[in-house]
Amino acid sequence: MKNRLRVLRAIREWSQQDLAEKLGVSRQSVNAIETGKYDPSLPLAFRIADVFELTIEEIFERD
Amino acid sequence: MFKKMSPASRRYTLRLAVLMSLYVALLSAASWLFRNHPPQGVLAYALAILPAVPVIAVFWAVMRFIVEETDEFMRLLLVRQCLFASGFSIAVMTVWEFLQTFDLVPPGNGGFGVFFFWAMGLGLGALFNKVTMGTAGSC
Repeated sequence: MKNRLRVLRAIREWSQQDLAEKLGVSRQSVNAIETGKYDPSLPLAFRIADVFELTIEEIFERD
Repeated sequence: MFKKMSPASRRYTLRLAVLMSLYVALLSAASWLFRNHPPQGVLAYALAILPAVPVIAVFWAVMRFIVEETDEFMRLLLVRQCLFASGFSIAVMTVWEFLQTFDLVPPGNGGFGVFFFWAMGLGLGALFNKVTMGTAGSC
């Protein structure tokens, strides 16, 4: 699954650690999601969407 | 480093330290007793099994870690590590037993039982995670 996490983070000037703290996960988790190594569960995808104040579809897209 | 760990990871590390200390203490006590005052009958069996209790509890500690870890990605890495360790230890022991069946290696295991290979498998599993997922995990 593709995602826009890196771009969205850059716009807000958040580091991976900043985002990880907002989501309550490890920095490694954010990195794995961002690089496409790991697809988050639906509850975590909703948390990510809430943090960016966007919908899931605006952050993640099909391959 | 301890501060950076998740609460579940900290609990696991503490449990592991306590269990391993208990294992060393029980193994030393059992070895000393068997050498100097060999127990008889049921007591001998009970004493021989005693060092296995903290080892079995390590499996419990790892399973609790999986249950208590709230970071789903770290939990996935841990499960992958455990599966890798289980497959590795079963494979090593299967090969070893067949070598024994055909008398190509001596009987016994020289102290390197399934737990030793499972622990080694956890290490290799972390390496496997690092190569394939970019991070080793926290176990």
